[in-house]
Amino acid sequence: MEILVCVKRVPDSAENEISVSSDGRDIKREDLVYSVNEWDNYAVEEAIQIVEREGGNVTVVSIGDAGAEEIVRREMAMGANQGVLITDPAFEGSDGLGTAKVLKAAANRAKYDLILTGAQADDGAGQVGGMLAALLDWPYASLVNRIERKDDATLRIGREIEGGNQEINDIDTPCVLSIQTGINEPRYVGIRGIRKVASLEVPVLDSAALGVNDAGAAAAKVRRVDYFVPELGAGAEMLEGSTEELADKVVGLLKAKGAIK
Amino acid sequence: MIFIYASDDTALELATAAETLFPGEKRIAIGTKCNELLAYFDEVWSLGEFYPNAELLRPLLTAIVPSGSIVLLPHNTFGLDLGPGLSVKLGAAYVPDVVGFDGIEGATLKAVRQEYAGQVSAHVHCDISRGAVITIRSGIFRAAEPSKTGQLIDHSAAVAGITPRRRFVELIQAESGDVDITKEEVLVSVGRGIGDKENLALVEELSEAMGAALACSRPIVDAKWLDKPRQVGTSGQTVKPKVYLALGISGSFQHLGGIKGNPFLLAVNKNPKAPIFQAASVGVVADLVEFLPVLTEKVRAAK
Amino acid sequence: MTQLFFLLVALAGLGTFTWIIVRRVQPLLHAAPDPRFNDIPRRIQLVLKLWLAQWRQPRYLLAGVLHIVVFFGFLILAARSTELVILGIVPDFSLHLGRWYDITKEIAGLAVLAAVVILAIRRAFFRPARYTGHTTEALLVLGMIATLMVSELVYSRTGSLAAYTIHDITFFTFLCFLPMGKHFHVITSLFNVFFMRLRPGNVKPVKYGVTDLDSLPSLGVKKFEDFTWKHILDFYSCADCGRCSDRCPANRVKRPLSPRNISIKCREAAFAQYPIVGVRQAPSPVVGAGQGQAGAPVLHEDEIWSCTTCGACEEECPIGIEYIDKIVDLRRGMVDDGLVPQSLQKPMSALEKRGNPWGKLEKNRAAWAAKMDVKLVEKGETAETLYFVDSMTSYDDRMQKIAQATARVLAKASVDFAVIGKDEKDSGHDVRRFGEEMLFEALKEQNAEAIRSSEAKKIVVSDPHALNALRNDYDGMPPVQHISEVIAENVNKLTFKPLDSAKTYTYHDPCYLGRHNNTYDAPRTAIDCIPGLKRVEMKGNCRDRSFCCGGGGLMLFYEPEEEQRMGVVRVRQAADAGADVIVTACPFCLTNIEDAIKVAGLEGKMEAIDLVELVDQQT
Repeated sequence: MEILVCVKRVPDSAENEISVSSDGRDIKREDLVYSVNEWDNYAVEEAIQIVEREGGNVTVVSIGDAGAEEIVRREMAMGANQGVLITDPAFEGSDGLGTAKVLKAAANRAKYDLILTGAQADDGAGQVGGMLAALLDWPYASLVNRIERKDDATLRIGREIEGGNQEINDIDTPCVLSIQTGINEPRYVGIRGIRKVASLEVPVLDSAALGVNDAGAAAAKVRRVDYFVPELGAGAEMLEGSTEELADKVVGLLKAKGAIK
Repeated sequence: MIFIYASDDTALELATAAETLFPGEKRIAIGTKCNELLAYFDEVWSLGEFYPNAELLRPLLTAIVPSGSIVLLPHNTFGLDLGPGLSVKLGAAYVPDVVGFDGIEGATLKAVRQEYAGQVSAHVHCDISRGAVITIRSGIFRAAEPSKTGQLIDHSAAVAGITPRRRFVELIQAESGDVDITKEEVLVSVGRGIGDKENLALVEELSEAMGAALACSRPIVDAKWLDKPRQVGTSGQTVKPKVYLALGISGSFQHLGGIKGNPFLLAVNKNPKAPIFQAASVGVVADLVEFLPVLTEKVRAAK
Repeated sequence: MTQLFFLLVALAGLGTFTWIIVRRVQPLLHAAPDPRFNDIPRRIQLVLKLWLAQWRQPRYLLAGVLHIVVFFGFLILAARSTELVILGIVPDFSLHLGRWYDITKEIAGLAVLAAVVILAIRRAFFRPARYTGHTTEALLVLGMIATLMVSELVYSRTGSLAAYTIHDITFFTFLCFLPMGKHFHVITSLFNVFFMRLRPGNVKPVKYGVTDLDSLPSLGVKKFEDFTWKHILDFYSCADCGRCSDRCPANRVKRPLSPRNISIKCREAAFAQYPIVGVRQAPSPVVGAGQGQAGAPVLHEDEIWSCTTCGACEEECPIGIEYIDKIVDLRRGMVDDGLVPQSLQKPMSALEKRGNPWGKLEKNRAAWAAKMDVKLVEKGETAETLYFVDSMTSYDDRMQKIAQATARVLAKASVDFAVIGKDEKDSGHDVRRFGEEMLFEALKEQNAEAIRSSEAKKIVVSDPHALNALRNDYDGMPPVQHISEVIAENVNKLTFKPLDSAKTYTYHDPCYLGRHNNTYDAPRTAIDCIPGLKRVEMKGNCRDRSFCCGGGGLMLFYEPEEEQRMGVVRVRQAADAGADVIVTACPFCLTNIEDAIKVAGLEGKMEAIDLVELVDQQT
């Protein structure tokens, strides 16, 4: 299978708080470090495992500034056969549809049997995969947590849905799947792995190379005006006091609500 | 026209959203099993009886929904599956995961979204001149009251000509295990803030002392510390307790999405900025490892 | 005629034995290099102490004493046996060993016989828990030894040809049987002790003689021949006595690790891959997921991640078998293949990006000192002594109190010191021991540069992991001392207040201060300076037999399969010793022990404190 995986560079928000910059136009980025979006990393691992089973190639593509090359290389160190970086100031401010259009152009540069994306990103909304599929007119499934081959032209996939249930589908190839975390256990990539792929070339494409001129801020129907911090603690009555006092108050409340049997 | 895809009980919340945003506009419920919604909508378009496979519904809706329409979907695993592609096929804007509206000015819809797991919010402006597909988080709008005498329109013939390229095979139910947290009135629920697998014992002792069932958030199941049937959230169980004790749970909307029925929610978290305190009735800022043994002791004494 | 017969027996026996040994040496010849010919005097000293004087045997008293009897019996009887074998071929041959020898060997023979009977009864009926399996083999060998003893005694008294024949055949059978299993140690232990590792604390390089790791196609142990020849000799030498596993904390809490089993499984793998008869077999992968089925890895990945590198096994092994270097080498192989548990990947990636396992901000590294008068290298301040804080003590809310106490105690002892601040990175101690050598190298280089540019002449640490890293893993560092050593040296400059408490204290030896750096007395000296403080020892579980609290560094993030926490075992040991307060000298020990007190339900009854906090309180 020839597999394209779309990956995104996002701020690491696990430990450090994300806050809003003074003009409200962006989040504060000075102290942030970046990594590949967690869901995308599972998608790359899944693609590598499929290719390990069936043969083929994994290509990783990312849209972003020069910094995104670092995460393309990291995914190559994981085992992706090649990487492509798409960089063009004209693409800045794209909405989900704009991003999907750029990725469609990238997908049309070769013949892929399968395109994987992450199910979502911390700074996104889980929309690009579905839009890309619609633009390509390929079938799509979201929140995929299992991929098996059924026959030459069909994959059997599981979707993680509400209640921890799994919805099993057969889907024709070529198709687009967005990958849920937990589908596999992504392998570790260390400094050594990245150094090994340091000399490999990562082609950089721009709007001219892709022939896309309807992405970017001007074409966006949906645009973010500003960031703000939602009111905190609005709903909760915060209890104060020493550990003992707090525990007494909590017990009082729980008892009043009949929660202590 | 406002179309509301009726996949589950979120349809009534979406009806309220439609009334709030587009008062007086004709609102239509559309879906595979929505005949009982006539009291809430002007029209109900019935698509027939089949599994709501997004790859079947997308071409179907594209064929019957007039261009320029507004389509409201719940922001859940169904909405995520259907919405993005549907907006492309309808040529409409896609406004995902909306948690609030600031109104409409001309053809610009002003919405509020969240990013970075709710740590920051964003104002979003959206051009809906050619229609829009909007997914709305559950729990934002209250359920609508019956106020209409709608008309049932049968669109079940439309499905006949469609050969979906993704076919539903079966549902694999999550193992229910020995506990059914969906039926419990009091839940003691634990999240990542517990830190260590061994500290779970502290939570177990508390739930035992209270005589309550033990539940958890997704990271606890991902770490295999507790079984899947105990997970509350959109990817776990939907619970309707009277009292919900959230211990070390940050309060992502995926988790809160699994708590229904507006329980008394008491949250304990080390981080005073944890989003759970927005949703909670009462909040305590404390380190669980210190707080729980004291609390358990006092609960035992109070019995 | 009989001479010819015994000549043939001897030739057949020696020929077979030589063939077996030649085959057994094969894997060593294909193994990774390991220079072990340095410091010969020290090696000879170790042979005299550990091998000849059987120094570690009496740590397990009954088994140890019986082993010593058999060992010396064998040494004494070796001369007589040689004499006997030649006597069958050359009539009237004599080594002229003399009358005293005859008496000695008679006593030795009887003593060995008695020991063997006791050992056999013990094996068959009162088997200690640490012996698992190999009972038939053990009884067979004990039977052969008994046969040798009896036949020799009978022959010496009667000159019976039958007794001689039995002795002769048993002798060669025994010789050829030794290299088949755990009794190979009879032959190899001498060499194993001679070549044992000399430098404690340190971890072997990825490959001896290679400094440019990028030039290596593969890192760590993945196939059997990636072990060094000494490590394979270790496998051959394991006598299966089970002392390592008996003392192993991971084994105690039922993690899937038993050091002894690593040796046994690897020995069996070596024998299978390099058979005595037939061609060399295709190798199985050494470590990985699956177990049991054909072609499965010899060792399970969880087994290898379960080790805290506490060193209890190596401290105990009577013949110097090493485990930590093997574990680290196996982990290096898994890291190189990306086989790292998910729970460890995030902290590793945060260490790479931010220099600490939580991904906390670099600029907050010295935040603990914000309200204190502490010199900061990041502000251009310098001092003679550098306090290297390391990540746990820098960032953890609770452990920052150790940093603050250390700063105050240094000031009280009039030590002029500074802290690096934002340019200090994690020492990488446990990054290295978890097999991420490249990341360790990167952290080491950044720290070495920061330390050099601080122009400090000495380094003080409060974290034994940092002590061990800077002292034994880094090169060219100024002398490094743990704060307990600084306190012990400066007791005269400190004024100790009497302790106003009736509580009983006990000291928990952190592995990387005690076993790996041989510092047992300084912390005790410091504690004992406090007037009115009552201190007890956790007898049998203190000093070099200290029981690991659960491990530090990345072990905090690893989620092992286990039945209980090591810390809980440790806290119960302290309770059994009658202690109310556990004093330790390591931020990881303190974390693990404080948590374990809560888990064990001993809150309010037992408490834990760091040594430097205690000294700070009482001065």
